[in-house]
Amino acid sequence: MAERTVRTGNRPLALYAALYLGFLYVPVLFLPLFSFNDSIYISFPLKGFTLEWYRSMAGNEPLLRALMNSIKVALATATISTVLGIFAARAVTRYRMPGSRPLVAAIMLPLVVPEIILGTALLIVIMQAGGTLSLLTVTLGHVLLCVPFSMAVLMSRFEGFDRSMEEASADLGENAWWTFWRVTLPMAMPGIVASFLLCFTISFDEFIMAFFLGSTDPTLPVFMWNQLRFPQRLPGVLALGSCILVVSFFVIALAEWLRRGSSSSTSGAQ
Amino acid sequence: MTESIISLAGVTKAFGAFRAVDDVSLDIARGEFFSLLGPSGCGKTTLLRMIAGFEVPTEGSILIDGVSMETVPPHLRPTNMVFQSYAIFPHLDVARNVAFGLRKERLSRDETRARVGEALEMVKLSGYESRRSDELSGGQRQRVALARALIKRPKVLLLDEPLGALDRKLREEMQLELRTLQRSVGITFVFVTHDQEEALTMSDRVAVMSAGHTAQVATPRDLYERPVSVEVADFIGKMNFLPCRLLESNGDRVTVDAAGLGRVAAVAPRPLPAGADLVVAIRPEKLTLHTTEPEASARVTCRMQNTAYLGDRSHYFVDIDGAGRPLAVSAQNADAAVARELAAGSGLWLSWAEDALLVLPATS
Repeated sequence: MAERTVRTGNRPLALYAALYLGFLYVPVLFLPLFSFNDSIYISFPLKGFTLEWYRSMAGNEPLLRALMNSIKVALATATISTVLGIFAARAVTRYRMPGSRPLVAAIMLPLVVPEIILGTALLIVIMQAGGTLSLLTVTLGHVLLCVPFSMAVLMSRFEGFDRSMEEASADLGENAWWTFWRVTLPMAMPGIVASFLLCFTISFDEFIMAFFLGSTDPTLPVFMWNQLRFPQRLPGVLALGSCILVVSFFVIALAEWLRRGSSSSTSGAQ
Repeated sequence: MTESIISLAGVTKAFGAFRAVDDVSLDIARGEFFSLLGPSGCGKTTLLRMIAGFEVPTEGSILIDGVSMETVPPHLRPTNMVFQSYAIFPHLDVARNVAFGLRKERLSRDETRARVGEALEMVKLSGYESRRSDELSGGQRQRVALARALIKRPKVLLLDEPLGALDRKLREEMQLELRTLQRSVGITFVFVTHDQEEALTMSDRVAVMSAGHTAQVATPRDLYERPVSVEVADFIGKMNFLPCRLLESNGDRVTVDAAGLGRVAAVAPRPLPAGADLVVAIRPEKLTLHTTEPEASARVTCRMQNTAYLGDRSHYFVDIDGAGRPLAVSAQNADAAVARELAAGSGLWLSWAEDALLVLPATS
């Protein structure tokens, strides 16, 4: 029924949707397309099929180093953000604290503050404090960006909790510490994994903070941006970009699947 | 063995200005099946949660087996609870759910398996060890919750409306089973319910709760036959009330002038406060309808006003001159011809046994 309504009644809307999606995703698809093109120039017509750009990636020392940097920063960011997110989300969903609403708003603020402002502000603070820019400062910036996402994922998870689960654990002889480890954490695990994957991807892709707060030892997005100045290296960047695209897609899909798929089991008795 | 396992003295729980539990004192004997009965919002669950330790009393003391629970957190109390939602851990299978409370006992794997097997056998769930909670029916979850609590061998088992979510047939089956189980394990059960029939069938004693206080604590038989207030009489089963005036009193035997019935003998379960408005109370099944004038001395004439046919029995509503309201009469439909005659009848008679009339203060 619904399908028929769309097909017959909303032809202009369907066209609009197609154009919208095309505008959004076709440019992205050029990335893998040209990464297999046997030419250093990004233009049509395509010259021929090659895996050269993928092969050369493997021997590109600075590229691999930037990739490792990004993975390190993303792992650290995802871990720290998720741990902070667990405690904060637990606190605001479980306890009625005075001022918890403004507190949540404050934590969520980086979602709406332009990154360039945050980046500049953090840079000034770090410089004033006599700090040196490194992967550590990038990680700090990324944690600031990721905690809101982690909070949002975990709060929705904790809000679905049947409170009597934790009471049942206490009733069966476990104190708050063991209850957390044996009941709260395992039940929140799908949310925790989802938060971790989400934060990892955000940090891995992030440019502005990494650009402002990074040293000469860049993360991958910054490295790629530097490469764009050299036309002959562009196809290599395209190949790398394609790889990241595929990996990101699967990571996000996995996170979303985990978040949704198991939300039905949180309430337990129902 | 009549010493009390739970002793509540002046227990009060206030949420702001609202007193959810108001000055409750009662003793629960070791091995007793004790029910807290009342409508929703009467404070019965709050009282249960205070015994479990999930709520802290605003005032009063709770002793379990002679030990004050004032500073004892829930995880150290000798009580276990079956939650209304059952609270089966969704990330664990049945065996791990049941074994949850055994961690501190540091049992070997074989001992744990033996204890779990024993507990599951007790609730007739052997063979379900590896099921997950979403693969269980409501009744099975309830059994898992029961096994998980009983495996701890608590001094007191607390049950928070455990049968509320089950359908009628299963509920009746579980009532019987719970009662049998309680007798065999000998553990004190404190059972919260809003279903008066359930409370009467299962319990050794029942505390009827209303607006935070205990209206009456008694055996099911006494609650039904000798309610001490209009409130309890009205809540447990059906009851006819007629205003009356005290004429004579001799201990619990009294003579009253009741609207529609005239000068009648009755019983006062509690001493009657002087000058209070009184009512006469009588159960519908203690009234008997006759098509001819009966032998009994306690009788009046009446007219049929309305009939409700319920299959095994019928409810008749009859008018008596001067009563001001119809009286409900319940009778078994043993003889279809009699039932038809009554339903059609006029010029009927109503009779009752002399000790079937109770006199209660009109307001508590």
